[in-house]
Amino acid sequence: MRDYTEDQLERYSRHILLKDVGVEGQEKLLDGKVLIIGAGGLGSPAALYLAAAGVGMIGIVDGDRVDLSNLQRQITHFTKDVGVWKADSASEKMRAINPEITVHPYNQYLFASNIREIIKAYDFVIDGTDNFATKFLINDACVFEGIPFSHGGILRFDGQTMTVNPGESACYRCVFNAPPPPNLVPTCSQAGVLGAIAGMLGTIQATEALKFLTGAGNMLYNKLLTFDALKMDFRTVNLRKNENCPICGSHPVITELVDSDPAVCDL
Amino acid sequence: MDIHTLDITKEHCPMTFVKAKLVLAKINSGDVLEITLKGGEPLENVPKSAAEEGHRILSIEKNGESHVIKIEKN
Ligand SMILES: [Zn+2]
Repeated sequence: MRDYTEDQLERYSRHILLKDVGVEGQEKLLDGKVLIIGAGGLGSPAALYLAAAGVGMIGIVDGDRVDLSNLQRQITHFTKDVGVWKADSASEKMRAINPEITVHPYNQYLFASNIREIIKAYDFVIDGTDNFATKFLINDACVFEGIPFSHGGILRFDGQTMTVNPGESACYRCVFNAPPPPNLVPTCSQAGVLGAIAGMLGTIQATEALKFLTGAGNMLYNKLLTFDALKMDFRTVNLRKNENCPICGSHPVITELVDSDPAVCDL
Repeated sequence: MDIHTLDITKEHCPMTFVKAKLVLAKINSGDVLEITLKGGEPLENVPKSAAEEGHRILSIEKNGESHVIKIEKN
């Protein structure tokens, strides 16, 4: 066990006091490695909470720069950051909250050609992306590498999330099979999104990452949690692994990663 | 079985129990931790919290201005 300084004990005291976390759990967080894909509405709150929790190594991937229209919900980015790489902007805030952690910004998009190399250094992945092509790419790469991940999506007043333990619980393709045709996907500029629901969902995803690392509680495996913030109605639908899943079923037809056309939607 | 000691008379809630948990995490199951603490809040809460986490309170004794509680690690 590491030697805690007085400052560390005080910083992490509210975790250490929890019976289900304790010194042992905090130790696991300090040794933990989480990759956040997308420094947008979901990735922003997730990044801040994971940094605050003392997760030892946090990677954050985004190939985009901060735009004024992001600030309504992407809370790691400030007005002064407009034009800055999003991953750099988020990393600056994470380091400001907790200078003791290691932060790796990746100012790039993920493709079939680079995703496996990047994710395999991490224990857990948070999908905070805004388009179906990347969501399926993340699912497939995590299934191939055997890395658990949290899927998340938001639109208008609605959110949905599930956590995947590859090979053990239902994957994203077990449930949704394949990306919808691009012309059927509303773009966010058409659909809009209430800023605060990004925080609602992103913090659920951060909680899943912290539970995974500490071993506390039960993960959102084989469950799809959805909410409608207009009615403030939360539901959980039970899922199970699909025998006919194209990637984790008994006769997988997807055996390598491929890029598909993204239906770009800036959530 | 080893006996360990900890003085938390200068600590305030919740660092009193945080310090106790840190030592309890480091020692072996069955070891005894003797904690010196002040009366009032620490005396009320530290033994209670330790018992809630499954440790056994062996004794609580007054020692001048402070108190000494003996806890056996679960
Ligand atoms: Zn599957």
